[in-house]
Amino acid sequence: MFLKKVMVAGALIMLGNTAMAGCGISSGNVNVLSNDFPAIQAVTAGASTCAGDGVTVKTNLTKDHKDIMVAALTANPAEYTSVITSNSTLVTLMNDGLVRSLDDLVAKHGGGLNPSQMVTVDGKIMAVAFMANAQHLFSRSDILEKAGVSSIPATYEDVLAAAKAIKSAGLMDYPVALNTKAGWNLGEEFINMYMGTGGDFFKPGTAEVAVNNAHGVATLNMLKSLVAYSNPDYLTYDSNATQAEWEAGNLALATMWGSRGGAVMDGEGSSEAVESSTVLSSAPTWGNNARPASTLWWDGISISSNISDEDAEATFIAMMHGISPDVIKANNAAAVWLGKGYTPSKASAGVSATAAGGAAPYPMLPFMGTLHSALGSEISDFLQGSESAEQALSDIEAAYTAAATEKGFLQ
Amino acid sequence: MKNRTFFWFILPSLVAMILFIALPIGSVFIQSLYIEHGAVLKEVKSCGPFGCKDELQIDVVATSQLKQEKPLGKFNGFGTYTNRNHLAVNEVRDAWGSSSNWKIYFSKVYNLPFYRALAFTLTYTFLVTPLVLILGFCIALAVNSLPKKLKGPTIFVSLLPMIVTPLIGSLILFWMIDSKGILGASLQWLFEDPNLSLKASPTLTWIMLIIYGVWHSAPFAFIVFYAGLQTVPSETIEAAMIDGASRWERTRYVILPHLVPLIVFISLIQLMDNFRVFEPIVGFSAQASATSLSWIIYNDLAGGEGTFFGSAGATSVLTILGVAVLLIPVLIRTWNDFNRKAA
Repeated sequence: MFLKKVMVAGALIMLGNTAMAGCGISSGNVNVLSNDFPAIQAVTAGASTCAGDGVTVKTNLTKDHKDIMVAALTANPAEYTSVITSNSTLVTLMNDGLVRSLDDLVAKHGGGLNPSQMVTVDGKIMAVAFMANAQHLFSRSDILEKAGVSSIPATYEDVLAAAKAIKSAGLMDYPVALNTKAGWNLGEEFINMYMGTGGDFFKPGTAEVAVNNAHGVATLNMLKSLVAYSNPDYLTYDSNATQAEWEAGNLALATMWGSRGGAVMDGEGSSEAVESSTVLSSAPTWGNNARPASTLWWDGISISSNISDEDAEATFIAMMHGISPDVIKANNAAAVWLGKGYTPSKASAGVSATAAGGAAPYPMLPFMGTLHSALGSEISDFLQGSESAEQALSDIEAAYTAAATEKGFLQ
Repeated sequence: MKNRTFFWFILPSLVAMILFIALPIGSVFIQSLYIEHGAVLKEVKSCGPFGCKDELQIDVVATSQLKQEKPLGKFNGFGTYTNRNHLAVNEVRDAWGSSSNWKIYFSKVYNLPFYRALAFTLTYTFLVTPLVLILGFCIALAVNSLPKKLKGPTIFVSLLPMIVTPLIGSLILFWMIDSKGILGASLQWLFEDPNLSLKASPTLTWIMLIIYGVWHSAPFAFIVFYAGLQTVPSETIEAAMIDGASRWERTRYVILPHLVPLIVFISLIQLMDNFRVFEPIVGFSAQASATSLSWIIYNDLAGGEGTFFGSAGATSVLTILGVAVLLIPVLIRTWNDFNRKAA
């Protein structure tokens, strides 16, 4: 107990503890764990303004949040009162019952929220989403024009044709990039592309994987055709690398995260020619399907189970301040916000178009993460040309089945 | 020493060894025998900003009851060890039955994640260890023959690769060998091949990791050998010179035999270290072309969306067994030396 008091006192001193009225919280601890990118920094900064008069607000923004969240929330009392989750991480937390239902808190303090922001599972609100994200197409209109391509590609077949035109015109050797770093990123590219076929990842109602089919083969072949126009180092390209390549003017067509749009268009790190000719558009469709080949993601607020109701309420109120219309207006370009106060901008055009085109959300299934990992490690052999698409798919199936059995999803 | 005195003398380190070595290994082994309870799944309606869908979710109440009764999970024996993601007993047997020649058999086994990691780990260990010994010895000989004034600064510079944190060192090199980095661009110019990329081809990635390993570990061998060189008796060397031995002959017949215990020591440490190769694979983003046993453990614990404690435990135990097998020849040699001296 003494140690805890010392720590709280220390945190107060570190925060500079300026008393701020206006949040209407009398007491409580707020401690937020989340990923680290500009939109989330804005949210946690907004929540931090509630600190003062018996209320402490601490934040831990880290790329490694996924690795620590389960252990940190399993402790009782939990180390963090809130985790900023997404489609995939919310399921992981729910699997162990680590986040609480927000029905009461939303009814009491969530008056300003849009109904579409509620993430409900089995009728209970488990998270409040505040921003949307998706991978979509970034194009350079000036390069396309020089190569004689008249319009922004709407399908991946068009992307391939445009890449061919750019290459044969001698404009760029490697005009295309996707986030294809082996591991999570590469797995995500497969999932996006497979989504464009409309196929299911699992046999309905079971945890048995179902990607070993004609859709899977076509997906792998499309990815291979695309990386043929990518820099040979593509298996080391994550979203930081593709953004850097884009800003350096080395790419003409890339599938990147919508949250990178603001960073590409921010007037920094790139030349005027690149920025003014960058066009953000919907994720392409392919193979005569209507659904854009991308997955929609949301980021949202969840509240831990293993904390006192008082802390839960304080955390919820503080986080509502973090996603208030004022914060959204002040950081309009940082994300595609779902709350009130947002005006769509040029940087968000791609995500909006992808969602409007009917792209599907990333599946909120307990075993999706296990498949994601299997995809990330088993596809690179095929892309490097050392095995067939059928072999890669049966490897994915076998790797997933072994892992899902260990996780208890398959008996 | 009396048995009683010996016991009290050894007790503190014995307790420390049990607490910090034996117990953790024991707990890892026990963990590796368990898998998670069968998840109780139910179909529920989940809605979000992008619409609603009926999806399977875990029945938290039913599953947590199972967990409370048996927190370790479901006993699985050696099932995790033999499954496809580890020793893959069935897959290896099937590959044997369905392959018409060795080449097909090996390519099928190499397709399995554990054997692929083992192949790189062993190649790395058996190339880096001797190269480190040779290079370290050469540097030590060279530094030893330098004028006194130059020795200090040279030793300092030679030790730098070992001082740099492995992850940082590999990240720095990762950017230098990029096709736009100083080393990558120089190689392209040297070989007149604008498409040459060290990161793209599996073979070049292996070579790059091995060169990195030698670069990083050579200073360790160098400093040990250099210390050893200071203890070579000058009388013997002078006697050899009087007998007309050339520099090569003196090195081969006087210095090397004198340094054998150090060679054994460095081999021991290097075999263990290299078998646990990990940081360069992360630093070089090389997992598409090269994985190691340690990297698999890391990937099970922190790589994806979930943690696989059973898998990580099984690979850890297999790694410990691997280190033990590797060290047996060296340990037998040390044991024999010890007995010879005692006799």
